[in-house]
Amino acid sequence: MTSIAAISTPARRRKLVGAGRRQWIGLLYVAPAVALVVVFFIIPLGMTAWMSLHNWPLMGAHSFIGLDNYWAILRDTRFWNALKFTGYYTVIVTIAIFVVAFPLALFIERPRPLTGFYRTSFFMPAVIGFASASLLWSWLLNVDSGLFSPAAFELGLTEKKVNLLATFQPAFWSIIAMVVWKVAGFTMIILMTGLQSIPPDLQEAAMIDGAGPLARFRAITLPLMRRTLALALILSVAGSVLAFDQFYIILRGGPRNQTLTAVYWIFNQSFVSFKLGYGAALSMVLLVILVALSLIQLRLLRQPEGVD
Amino acid sequence: MAQARSRKRRIGMQIAEHATGIIASLLFLAPIVWTVLSAFKPAQESRQPPLPPWPTTGFSVENYATLNTFGDGLWLPAQNSIYVSGMTVVLSVIVSVLAGYGFSRFRFPLKNLLFVLILSTIMIPFQSILTPIFLVLTKIGLHNTLTGLVCVYVTLQLPFSIFMMRNAFDAVPREIEEAARMDGANNVTMLLRVMLPLVWPGIVTIALFAFLGAWNEFLAALVLMTDQSKFTLPIMMTALQSGRFGAIDWGAVQAGVTVMMVPCLVLFLLLQRFYIRGLMAGAVK
Repeated sequence: MTSIAAISTPARRRKLVGAGRRQWIGLLYVAPAVALVVVFFIIPLGMTAWMSLHNWPLMGAHSFIGLDNYWAILRDTRFWNALKFTGYYTVIVTIAIFVVAFPLALFIERPRPLTGFYRTSFFMPAVIGFASASLLWSWLLNVDSGLFSPAAFELGLTEKKVNLLATFQPAFWSIIAMVVWKVAGFTMIILMTGLQSIPPDLQEAAMIDGAGPLARFRAITLPLMRRTLALALILSVAGSVLAFDQFYIILRGGPRNQTLTAVYWIFNQSFVSFKLGYGAALSMVLLVILVALSLIQLRLLRQPEGVD
Repeated sequence: MAQARSRKRRIGMQIAEHATGIIASLLFLAPIVWTVLSAFKPAQESRQPPLPPWPTTGFSVENYATLNTFGDGLWLPAQNSIYVSGMTVVLSVIVSVLAGYGFSRFRFPLKNLLFVLILSTIMIPFQSILTPIFLVLTKIGLHNTLTGLVCVYVTLQLPFSIFMMRNAFDAVPREIEEAARMDGANNVTMLLRVMLPLVWPGIVTIALFAFLGAWNEFLAALVLMTDQSKFTLPIMMTALQSGRFGAIDWGAVQAGVTVMMVPCLVLFLLLQRFYIRGLMAGAVK
């Protein structure tokens, strides 16, 4: 017994050491990625929390002020207005995107001639950037050299050229139209993957049982793509809560600062007013909101897909 | 007779469906086509509303020439954008291929913790840590440099691209590796000669996403690049559109938007299936 152990141990140990050394090399392979994430993500994340407890101007010394920045946020009505506007925008734009993307997904999911062309056309705006799309629409929305107001005027729909960006309602809905144009194709593809994962024989069986298209949609399609719907919803919500480019480029936060989003307000505080500590505290609030959304997402996505 | 009627109805349905499809396609394509065509109008015509969208008083590249007279011209910001996007593609591919291989094929301490750490950064919006990133870049002497911007972009790509690459390596059967090891391949030759040819679809996918991400990114470039000579195309065009260089020239804006859009559209049309693959991989998991 002992002799067997005595014989086998060194051999096994050598093998283990060899394997162990080979395995440690794995750390070397992942080291560059870990280094980047630590330097450009983890450290800045810690610094945001640290800075939020300071009065931190761009130049000069910073001083520890405890939770004062957070107390100031409570009284910062303009931040709460920005947050309220961001929430309003998120709800409206998400509904609008789904109202357009869901029919498109149903439309391209069925194979027929030209489906590839339709899918590619609907998706094209999704690959150009938000900045390009915003610049493009800022031209289309321009009152003198743009497309919409002059066209409406030429067609006799309006008595004079209306400046769409001068008052809140038309400006807001113009942004919604632009974002739906840009994002609907993306959401459509996500929804399409969900539709395609539904076994076709289920639909056929229901059809034989005499279920109409609406009944099939409610009883089969919707429940079976719950996970995909949750994913598309979360992507849309998270993207909208962080909206900045289109409001900065097309509206500059106007008219009368009514379209300042949360990120826009943080940008103004940090990089226009250079109140870095206060900006960090605002960022922490935004971060908590987004992490909460992500946790909800994980919960929704963990539920298994299927009929229950 | 009933059969003929139902066939007629089916054809009618098909015509209606395709009419819907074509009208919807035109709606989605119109703004892009409108811009690309309008950019070729002479400057005089560009000041008028784009009705019709195509040039009526002659084809001209005047708008591109005008665009080139603003600030540092068109070529410098275009060069900056090309450099930043190219470097982001190269570095994020190298870093995530290495990391994907490491996470897929080795067992080492803290492995799962590190993997979760990298993936979980996707939950945190980078918009909320831009100020400290600015300070970190200053600390290591990379503030206001394109290289600094590249580092930030690569880091933002890592959760998606490492996830993709780990899955790609996981899908390669171990027998292939064992056979190569028998033939005396070491880790490096194994990765370069044996594994890379098998995971290249994944590499094309992450390269495409890295390019589009870097080429189109706006907020980080706006905050981190304060020197006009370091502006990327979106920042330069926004400065132009905001009237920073004098009266707004919409013809130049159209030309600039075209320059920004066309590389994305061409790459997407060429590599569409890799793009959809990446999207699906993200959606399914």
